[in-house]
Amino acid sequence: MFKWSKLGQVFDPAAINDGSWLKEFAQSPSILIYEKHVRVYFCSRPTPNPGGQYLSYLSYIDLDRNNLLTILNICREPILSLGNYGTFDEFGTYPISVIRDQDEVRVYYGGFTRCESVPFNAAIGLAISCDDGGTFSRLGEGPVLSYSPDEPFLLGSPRIRKYEERWYLWYVSGKEWLKTTAKPEPVYKIRMASSEDGINWVKHGKDLIENKLGEHECQACPDVIFQNGKYHMFFSYRSVTNYKSKEGGYRIGYASSIDMMNWNRCDEMAGMDVSESGWDSEMVNYPHVFILDGETYMLYQGNEMGRTGFGLAKLVNSQNWCGK
Amino acid sequence: MKWSKLGKIFDPTEHFLPNNCLEYAQSPQSLILSDRVRIYFSTRERDSVGKYLSHVAFVDFDKNMQDILGVSNHTVIKLGELGCFDEHGIFPMNVVRVGDKVLAYTTGWNRKVSVSVDGAIGLAISHDGGLTFQKHGKGPVLAASLNEPFLIGDAFVAVYGGSYHMWYIYGTKWKKYTESDPPDRVYKIAHAMSEDGINWRRDNRQIINDRLNADECQALPTVIYLNGTYHMHFCYRQAYGFRTQSSNAYRIGYAYSMDLINWTRDDSKAGIDISEDGWDSQMQCYPHVFQSGEKVYMLYNGNEFGRFGFGLAVSDE
Repeated sequence: MFKWSKLGQVFDPAAINDGSWLKEFAQSPSILIYEKHVRVYFCSRPTPNPGGQYLSYLSYIDLDRNNLLTILNICREPILSLGNYGTFDEFGTYPISVIRDQDEVRVYYGGFTRCESVPFNAAIGLAISCDDGGTFSRLGEGPVLSYSPDEPFLLGSPRIRKYEERWYLWYVSGKEWLKTTAKPEPVYKIRMASSEDGINWVKHGKDLIENKLGEHECQACPDVIFQNGKYHMFFSYRSVTNYKSKEGGYRIGYASSIDMMNWNRCDEMAGMDVSESGWDSEMVNYPHVFILDGETYMLYQGNEMGRTGFGLAKLVNSQNWCGK
Repeated sequence: MKWSKLGKIFDPTEHFLPNNCLEYAQSPQSLILSDRVRIYFSTRERDSVGKYLSHVAFVDFDKNMQDILGVSNHTVIKLGELGCFDEHGIFPMNVVRVGDKVLAYTTGWNRKVSVSVDGAIGLAISHDGGLTFQKHGKGPVLAASLNEPFLIGDAFVAVYGGSYHMWYIYGTKWKKYTESDPPDRVYKIAHAMSEDGINWRRDNRQIINDRLNADECQALPTVIYLNGTYHMHFCYRQAYGFRTQSSNAYRIGYAYSMDLINWTRDDSKAGIDISEDGWDSQMQCYPHVFQSGEKVYMLYNGNEFGRFGFGLAVSDE
């Protein structure tokens, strides 16, 4: 089992006052390592419209590489614009996953649009930075990963990786919209695609992670890291209803694989649960695991799906990465 | 090409239609059967909020396109489930016979909030000679992509040289032309190929030049191979004011190709234009060219986008 030592909350959007786009939420942390700092990209929201609907923007903070609880810098404006009228990402770019590739930085993101019969739909977009991660421009007006016969809607929660010159994308795909007494609720599962160039993708067409909470379990944020000959996935999962409460809210699950295609789910191994009290006492979700200067860390968001920001944990038994 | 008009041949208000549909018979498309010509079209019901839902129905004609043999009174293909790309309508539906199956390429519509709708192309398959169709998955076979960001639709599929060819349209922009009107869309004709009819490779380019201006809307390509040349008819219009002003409304355009790659547009050779008066005097749209016996026909819609039916023309050549 992985043993994590919680180092505390890193960033709370409520603690800063400037930036109208950064009023609430700091979701889906994803890092880029620089010489002296670690940049954490995340998604933030302005106050909602009168109908309670949000936009979501790409933002970042820089942390001191020698002390990840120290914020050196906060970006001054959104670093990726929203999509044009009628495009798939007109109403939000969330969640996100960032990767450096030679002299460019890529962000893969879930682009959100609003619909009539269901609240929203999503597809996966790609934007590229040529200024070392300072600002991003989308590669095209449409998505790089879109709907297909067995992935009919809600493609999102991307995690981009590159292993031996091949690109891999773990993401979620919608299965169905459940009618409820309130608004419809989506069911989504973790899937995977691979690519030669990170632009043209071959979908593998299989749900990767078996259900624990029944067929309507929602799975998200498949964060994969390769260590000691094995692929390790930390992800989020929740029940399809009552998920805004502590009881039904997101938890962090774990699975491992030797070939990226076949995964053994073993949530007991994840070693990360809600705290007794405080900012992550009701939910832990959207994990991002990375190795920095010989230590393994997990960034994750807490209560209310990241309304209270994100925090950091450090792997205690880092020498035993197989988790036996 | 040169066409002789045979007049309006189907009026939806004169028949009982399934799915509570009352008006519209849009984008007629043919399936040649042994004893008849089946013509699929999209007709409309109003839903509980007063908006339209397009459903597919068909009418059977004799082989000479003279007499109506029957009209479908059942659901030919179901609309999509909650949240699916084809939840709010299927319009149009193009059919291709492959062995003992009939493949249908549908344009599914779903309603949005900032703009009115989006669309994508789905595949459905019939094992009963085109009476009913079952979907190949809940999602589309051709959806928005990096450089074709929305409004994928109007598929026309044919098999040439063992490969599937699809002509279709994709949206390029939504644009507000006045402060008070909702945004209008612009779309262009493109081409994709496939070995299995399911997985498609796009050419990723507009294949028919604009004639009116950069905001010209091009729709519903239909392709036929005759005398060594590929002939494409399609419809085109101005992006704005096309509902109310005849001069901005749909007309039928034409292009030809020798190689299925390069197309030369020459609308002067479309061979058909609006009538002085009557059912196709304001606009002509949604052409479908097909062969039955020795004759080559064009089905098309007239005024009000086919609200009161479709007509037929026959090639003089």
